[in-house]
Amino acid sequence: MTGRAESPTSQRLSTGVQLILRVLHHFAPHRWTHARLLKWGVTGRTLVIAVPYLWLLLFFLVPFIIVLKIAFSETQIAMPPYQPLVHWVGDKAVNLTLNFGNFLFLLEDNLYWKAFLNSLKVAGISTFFCLLIGYPMAYAIARADSTKRNVLLMMVILPFWTSFLLRVYAWIGILKNNGLINNFLLWTGVIDQPIVMLQTDFAIYVGIVYSYLPFMILPLYSNLEKMDLTLLEAAQDLGCGPFKAFMKITLPLSMPGILAGSMLVFIPAVGEFVIPTLLGGPESLMIGKVLWTEFFNNRDWPVASAVAIALLIFLVVPIVYFQRVQARETGGGVHR
Amino acid sequence: MNIGFRAGLVGSAVVLVLAGCGGGGDQAAQSPAAAGAEEKVLNVYNWSDYIAEDTIANFTAKTGIKVNYDVFDSNEVLETKLLAGNTGYDVVVPSAQFMERQIKAGVFQKIDKSKLPNLANMDPEITQRVALHDPGNEYSINYFWGTDGIGYNEAKIKAIMPDAPVDSWRLIFDPAVAAKFKDCGISILDAPSDVRSIVLAILGKDPNSQDAADLALVEERLLAIRPFVRKINSSQYIEDLANGDICIAVGYSGDVLQARDRAVEAGQGTVIKYSIPKEGTVIWFDMLTIPSDAKHVGNAHLFIDYLMDPQVAANNSNTVKYANGNAASFQFVSDVVKNDPSVYPTAEVKAKLFPELATNEEYTRLLTRAWTRFSTGQ
Repeated sequence: MTGRAESPTSQRLSTGVQLILRVLHHFAPHRWTHARLLKWGVTGRTLVIAVPYLWLLLFFLVPFIIVLKIAFSETQIAMPPYQPLVHWVGDKAVNLTLNFGNFLFLLEDNLYWKAFLNSLKVAGISTFFCLLIGYPMAYAIARADSTKRNVLLMMVILPFWTSFLLRVYAWIGILKNNGLINNFLLWTGVIDQPIVMLQTDFAIYVGIVYSYLPFMILPLYSNLEKMDLTLLEAAQDLGCGPFKAFMKITLPLSMPGILAGSMLVFIPAVGEFVIPTLLGGPESLMIGKVLWTEFFNNRDWPVASAVAIALLIFLVVPIVYFQRVQARETGGGVHR
Repeated sequence: MNIGFRAGLVGSAVVLVLAGCGGGGDQAAQSPAAAGAEEKVLNVYNWSDYIAEDTIANFTAKTGIKVNYDVFDSNEVLETKLLAGNTGYDVVVPSAQFMERQIKAGVFQKIDKSKLPNLANMDPEITQRVALHDPGNEYSINYFWGTDGIGYNEAKIKAIMPDAPVDSWRLIFDPAVAAKFKDCGISILDAPSDVRSIVLAILGKDPNSQDAADLALVEERLLAIRPFVRKINSSQYIEDLANGDICIAVGYSGDVLQARDRAVEAGQGTVIKYSIPKEGTVIWFDMLTIPSDAKHVGNAHLFIDYLMDPQVAANNSNTVKYANGNAASFQFVSDVVKNDPSVYPTAEVKAKLFPELATNEEYTRLLTRAWTRFSTGQ
């Protein structure tokens, strides 16, 4: 049902592009514009594909190159606070200075490793809990009847209408010593001393799981909703109980959804800065905070950039490898 | 059904998140400079809760200049914006030890003193102290100044230790004393440079020492009290102190006085006091400056001069409970604020205050490392 819904959009887009081409064709001073574009290989299809590539180029590659450039420079007291890589020597010669010191510095100090490993731990545990809570929710929404389904989906998305920052602040009010939970527990007499929850690792997990849960639910939902339910009937006919059918059919089929959701939660959670800062204690050492310190406290943009690049490499390379292996296993390797 | 609609929802959510994180300042950056005569606009970037409510409105009424007023709450954020350039701001208010380095980086332009008739109102003593950061006072005018000190909950402290040394840094930085207040709650400013200066002063060293061996001693002392410190932050302690979550805080003078006022408002009999320890402490200055790429330089001078008007300066001090560096305003400052030694310290106490000078890059890095080890307790 949902699968086809994506194609009208792209169709609409490509008809749009065709329309533009047709208009060009009509009004262009030279009638051969269209033919020429086609000769260059510019068709509606390539133009449509060009849009996401252009997006990636502008908003991923260009910033990445800027950060990479800063990572190879040295600090100085100036605006901006790093030295340019390229110096003009005389009229025509260009002198390029690459400073690898920033990357070597990361290896010297075990602070970065500690922070990175701790971030991985926090992100990993958060992803696990997102999956634990998100999977049943996505499952229930996907199997609800269609009128309820949209209401339920709305409820998942609704929190986004409030600023993320405000919602994290709300958790301070809920978790603090004289906050909602503690006051309730004190009032009912379950406890006689407030439980310290704010500024602990527990609060960080609550914050991350709460904030990223929709990113787990949405891909899982779109995956589970597309599942062919007749497969379950077949399993039942062949003697599987509901649990076994779930383990043998639903779970393996929803693997792409689980992976997509986990990536969407795990990757931003590793670099998460706002939630540990607001909810966590001073003991929580995460790579996002280290990056902030390098950038803001030390004013060391080159080392901050080097941390960012290193983080990207340590995070992206294993994930790309993992996805390739996964694609091969699920037979997705056809594309290559 | 309606995937387009759903995608729209997610799209607007992303926009909201971005707006929540990156807010501020952008609209101010976009006002194009009118050719020739300066347009009647001024973009100001000041600390949060750092001006009387009617000051901006009165300035606009007097001059017809529309003020875009944005706020920040950390020197680091301000500095990063300034170093990146093109902030669009015409007046910014860094603290002196940050400004010192920013001047060297070429962030500010010199102030045209001929455009500031109210300059004669300034307190020569403060101007002289500020000159340590801004030689010749060429780039800046003092806005407010204050001290780092101890904010404490009197009743809770006395109950635990009747003879607690509230007039000494020993209360926090002597492990034997600090241990007594572990459960009561101690909070320390998340300001590495300030805290290190204070500990150096306790150890009898030069508070502005940039010696690695001295820093090692500071770190040793800090780690010794770390088990007794509950929080390390620079703004939350106001509320924590007021509602009793903590009972001792190393804090900024005006912030502790705000906590005192909040505790009084809450009406639960909590008494918060501020003390300037006898070992001496940091005196800091927040400075009015004009970025070198400011587009409304004339208006910026008008605004700075307006803030130096004795009545205006007094009105601001009365509201935010910080001392200003304006001698002529003193007669207009309310008695409550004027006679409060935590706002305007006595000459005797003033003699013990030391400036916090900018540190060099290498030392800053060492300091930040030491601070990270202290805050994470590793």
